[in-house]
Amino acid sequence: MTFLTPRPRRRALALGGLATGLVLVLAGCSGGSSGGGGSAEYEAAPSDLEASITYGVWDQAQVPAIEANLEGFAEEYPGIDVTVNVTPYADYFTKLQTQGSSDSLPDLFWLNGPNFQLYASNDLLEPVTGAVDAGDLDPADYPEALVDLYQYDDVQYGVPKDFDTIGVWINEALFEEAGVPVPEGDWTWEEFQDTAVQISDALGDQGVYGGAGGMDGQTTYYDTILQAGGEVLVDDGTASGYDSPEAQAGLEFWTDLIESGGSPSIEQLTDTTADQWFTSGKLAMYWAGSWFHAALEGAPVDDTVDVLPLPTGEEQATVIHGVSNVVAAGSDEKQAAQALQVYLAGQEAQQQQGDMGAIIPAYTGTQQGFLDSAPDKDLQVFLDAVDYAQPLPVSKNSAAWNALETSDLPAAFSGDRPVAEVSADLAEQMTALLQQEQ
Amino acid sequence: MSGTVTSDVLAPAGSAPRRRLLGRDGLWPWAFVAPLAAGIGVFFVWPILQTAYYSFTSWGVFGGSTFTGVENYVRLVADPQLWTALGNTLLYTGVVLLGVPLAVWLASLLNTPGLRFASFYRVLFFLPYVAMPTAIAMVWRIIFNGDFGVLNYVLGLVGIQGPYWISTPGVAVLAVAIVGLWSSLGFAMIILAAGLKNIPAELYEAAELDGASPSRQFRSVTVPLLTPSIFFVLIITIISSFQLFDLQFAILGSTNPVLPKSLSLVYFFYQQGFVANDKGYAASIAMFIFVLIGIVTLVQFRLQRRWVQS
Repeated sequence: MTFLTPRPRRRALALGGLATGLVLVLAGCSGGSSGGGGSAEYEAAPSDLEASITYGVWDQAQVPAIEANLEGFAEEYPGIDVTVNVTPYADYFTKLQTQGSSDSLPDLFWLNGPNFQLYASNDLLEPVTGAVDAGDLDPADYPEALVDLYQYDDVQYGVPKDFDTIGVWINEALFEEAGVPVPEGDWTWEEFQDTAVQISDALGDQGVYGGAGGMDGQTTYYDTILQAGGEVLVDDGTASGYDSPEAQAGLEFWTDLIESGGSPSIEQLTDTTADQWFTSGKLAMYWAGSWFHAALEGAPVDDTVDVLPLPTGEEQATVIHGVSNVVAAGSDEKQAAQALQVYLAGQEAQQQQGDMGAIIPAYTGTQQGFLDSAPDKDLQVFLDAVDYAQPLPVSKNSAAWNALETSDLPAAFSGDRPVAEVSADLAEQMTALLQQEQ
Repeated sequence: MSGTVTSDVLAPAGSAPRRRLLGRDGLWPWAFVAPLAAGIGVFFVWPILQTAYYSFTSWGVFGGSTFTGVENYVRLVADPQLWTALGNTLLYTGVVLLGVPLAVWLASLLNTPGLRFASFYRVLFFLPYVAMPTAIAMVWRIIFNGDFGVLNYVLGLVGIQGPYWISTPGVAVLAVAIVGLWSSLGFAMIILAAGLKNIPAELYEAAELDGASPSRQFRSVTVPLLTPSIFFVLIITIISSFQLFDLQFAILGSTNPVLPKSLSLVYFFYQQGFVANDKGYAASIAMFIFVLIGIVTLVQFRLQRRWVQS
């Protein structure tokens, strides 16, 4: 307590000044000019290439598989030294943006769909067209919807390293307790809604719900919008598709589920998220991605959990997403970075990734390891879903309109405002943002 | 944080004679100040100037700015989100300030002569201030949980149906403010307790001889002589309340549907600058907060003469 000195007012003022300064320091990180053009020079690296490169990733759980890959890479290119930099996901894109501003991006790094176009459109990424033309990389080996995700202005900047699709995770013990038969895999929206309400009715006194409403686009309302035949983005991503009758039907699905008591309210889902409801045995059906099986390990409900495909609306659909390895356009060791990019996308490395079980590798035919990681669950559902999957809707500044969805849609789901009104409002604001991006 | 804190809060604010920039010691004093001045210059003054400049520009995501004049400010004043955020910040500040009289009362209780375990109580009250805001937030999130939280369980025992604290508009700001009040109480108490130690015991003896009751002693001796410490606590509390961010971010979460109705000024700044990538606009929000805090603090110093004993 050294600031209790004879002149408190001066100290107070100094402290106050420091404190106010802090806010501004946050905003003070300035940026340099963005570097590099999007040329497509490519020459396969000679095996005796000497170089030292960095590889930026966000998932510590995948590092063992990456290190296994790097051992194989070192056999082909003994002279290339790779440093793996792990930044937790929460900070990854904030840091990446700073690195992008100061022309100090890792030579090779992970990028996801919502952020891809931002980097591609600012010429920060090196296209893979050279490697494709040289025959070192074939986009046909990966799910088509995901290959398209990493295309900007008809130029391919990466291929997916993994993918995830959405399914309905079910807790069979709760079905049994409620006396409700477990649905067949081939089911409709009506069947899903009915099942949810039946379970809520039967087990409501224990605080158990049949389903859980839409709070996250990728796992809920994006899927139902697609299933209703709608789209989140229309006109090549220059306008919002939320005001179409199909999109409204997709949103209505979740409003109905909450209204009929088949799902906890929006307030309940904010306080306790759907995955928490599910893992604590209070939720019978949970829409989530293939990644959820890792979270289930060790949860008390793990033994009684299985997976069903998403129910069918007007059509069958799911969102697909996956991460890609991309090379920084400003890299000093572009050749080495591209060599690693190509190696990691290859069948051998992808097979190894799958066998380590952390993710579903994107290379067609290397997914057996993922299925074997939980043999008691029908994980095949997620692989079959690739046939009818559509890419996650993204644009140059996805985060801006994602924030609008998060703030506006709950009012529609809770029934506070009519769905048609909310979606028309949202569409208008979102289209304005998309126009700004152009 | 024991009772060994000694200070001299009551000494009158000195009025040192004005000195010339370069006294008879020449450049030497400046050489000693230089390291600190350089740090403050690079990390505080320069960023503030830069932010001021960038608030008049439109920023590219990866740098590169175009000068747009007062456009950001015109947009800011017309943005209903700003006024909602300002209202929320003021509400939060108001609730947290209720902690100041509470802290005065608690500090004087702790200062009772012959109180056993005084240090223990002091540690207990100060603990929340030392704990990380995110850790505090995690615990309170669980306490506030509408279905399974302890708070609503206890309220239920006495027949009150508690709200969904962190997911009901209006209530969410209060929930955060309650945590803010609770966690800042310890800091205010320590400052005030140190101030209390400096009140000469003779004054109380004299008051007692004059027949003043304990509550009269509190009002006529303790509070007036404590005003410099109270003033300091007020300034610090108001400034830190205006900068509410981490506590709110951690308690409400970034996907909470009530956020647009509940966010604070700094949260609004964060959302524009780091989520929506609109850094020029965010800079103008930062300048707004900066000027606002400056004005509020200045007014407080002006008013100080009216009520602070020196």
